[in-house]
Amino acid sequence: MDAFTSHTGTALPLRRSNVDTDQIIPAVYLKRVTKTGFEDGLFAAWRSDPNFVLNLPQYAGATILIAGPDFGTGSSREHAVWALQNYGFKVVIGSRFGDIFRGNSGKAGLLIAVVDQKIIEELWDFVEEHPAAPITADLLSRQITADGFHTEFEIDDYTRWRLLEGLDDIGLTLRHVDQIDEFERRRTAYKPTTLPAKVASTS
Amino acid sequence: MGKTLSEKVWDDHVVRTADGEPDLLFIDLHLVHEVTSPQAFDGLRQAGRGVRRPDLTLATEDHNTPTLNIDQPIADPVSRTQVETLRKNAREFGVRIHSLGDLDQGIVHIIGPQLGLTQPGLTVVCGDSHTSTHGAFGAIAFGIGTSEVEHVLATQTLPQARPKTMAVNVTGELLAGVTAKDIVLALIARVGTGGGQGYIVEYRGPAIEALSMEGRMTICNMSIEWGAKAGMIAPDETTFAYLKGRPHAPEGADWDAALAYWKTLRSDPDAVFDAEVDLDASQLTPYVTWGTNPGQGVPLGAEVPDPEIFANEGDRTAASKALEYMALKPGQKMRDISVDTVFLGSCTNGRIEDLRAAAGVIKGHHVADSVRMLVVPGSARVRLQAESEGLDVIFKEAGAEWRAAGCSMCLGMNPDQLAPGERAASTSNRNFEGRQGKGGRTHLVSPLVAAATAVIGTLSSPADLSRSR
Repeated sequence: MDAFTSHTGTALPLRRSNVDTDQIIPAVYLKRVTKTGFEDGLFAAWRSDPNFVLNLPQYAGATILIAGPDFGTGSSREHAVWALQNYGFKVVIGSRFGDIFRGNSGKAGLLIAVVDQKIIEELWDFVEEHPAAPITADLLSRQITADGFHTEFEIDDYTRWRLLEGLDDIGLTLRHVDQIDEFERRRTAYKPTTLPAKVASTS
Repeated sequence: MGKTLSEKVWDDHVVRTADGEPDLLFIDLHLVHEVTSPQAFDGLRQAGRGVRRPDLTLATEDHNTPTLNIDQPIADPVSRTQVETLRKNAREFGVRIHSLGDLDQGIVHIIGPQLGLTQPGLTVVCGDSHTSTHGAFGAIAFGIGTSEVEHVLATQTLPQARPKTMAVNVTGELLAGVTAKDIVLALIARVGTGGGQGYIVEYRGPAIEALSMEGRMTICNMSIEWGAKAGMIAPDETTFAYLKGRPHAPEGADWDAALAYWKTLRSDPDAVFDAEVDLDASQLTPYVTWGTNPGQGVPLGAEVPDPEIFANEGDRTAASKALEYMALKPGQKMRDISVDTVFLGSCTNGRIEDLRAAAGVIKGHHVADSVRMLVVPGSARVRLQAESEGLDVIFKEAGAEWRAAGCSMCLGMNPDQLAPGERAASTSNRNFEGRQGKGGRTHLVSPLVAAATAVIGTLSSPADLSRSR
């Protein structure tokens, strides 16, 4: 994963609450076996509406999504994160996120910046008035800044550290492989295993 | 101070703990399906890593698979590629797989319990948010993303921040015709789709203890629909009786040892939860959703709400948007809403008990001319069991379609989908916009309401059926 310290770009206001991951990318777009090419599925159901915010020329090239509350709820599909990234988003700012989506974003390198919903409303207004205004999300100082605007955002220390360092989670865990070995040695013997397969289950 | 059930299971799985870092949890069972795993296996290959514990891993095909003509290659080439990729990965990495056509194939959350692999006190993960289903056995079970799937494949562990704990106390006794599905729909309508965020929830109280394992799985399944990390129910005699004799349940002395441990898996009397919610089951009637998230539900006897009744502006806007999408008007009686399709199935309500309940309602009736009804068993075994009981005949004689096992119309990924503008009563878990097919409209219901609705053609309960006779 690439390290993330700070990002500056223009923003796009998505004035909707409860945008679940089925809205971010419908299931029919999840059939690819790569992590790329999901941009076509991003908000697919809404994209056919020429007035949908993603289709408005003033927001073309936006890299920061300003989302409503409960963004990314529902399905665990990491494709939702990939779709946002494949489309060009680097940062999502919102007041409340689905747990799995937020976790997935941290693993995939998409910055999730949590601020109060009041700030979101201000950001929406600001961006609608100044769609070309650059906004910076700085992970080091945990600050979102724009011309005449700045606020702090929340992110847990561990995710922040991993993003700043660009660390691979699996690599981090494998540093402690001896502790996993040790845990396995004292694990209870009657716990189930899937191998060898036993036949004849019932309903 | 005592510990809650979830704290006991959590503590039993901590491999490593360090200040300022999430706990490293050992994972006892990792379930895998075709949609969320290909990129994870690719990641292993790129890093030259293997699957650490193939003996704690099980794969099946469910999301993409058709429920008709399952003896033929999957028609959609992209779906077929994804399924074939899983088969190839399972072979390459030594993971057991139950493929389409196999006796133990089915929805990933149906087959784990059915095989006896889901047991009390385990940690269970899967790249699927409805993994919470397995919590019905007193396991900590939650959905993960593909990066985490790769992490578990490589290390059999996951770094996880310790969640807060919540008790949902469900007292009273359910009235006839009211089910586990109604409990959870009523709960979500009360607490909202974000009400459980950050919590592992324990469902407890007499109304929960009275439920079968199938009913408990229905409730735990929908924990994610109100944002909870996981949902759990303390194991008891109902749990033990369900497990006894299943292929992967312990036997002999192992059974005794396991049972002794399982009996300790209860929240201590002096354990303190970070939050509690009370619900009186005796006050509940069948619940149905009117909107586009599972929290937008009302009793079947109620009306479509006016968005203006909601206290905050966000909820009002969401309700207006939902009504527009659903083509409903405030004040419309829920019972007057007619549907085109009834879907009985999914990891929420695709188990044998669900099929029995629906068959009991539909027997001797006929599906309304304006309605198509899909009955999709959650697994190949459920289908066989139902057929051995003659349930397939009841459904077919009533004019319903009897299908092969899979996720089917729950998620609009395989051939079973709603057409734009079509309206469904569905026993699944999500009424999101387009969830069952682009432009499709979903009302979440219990199997009993699904069956009665299929017969009458408008949202109905079994009681309406006897009245209309």
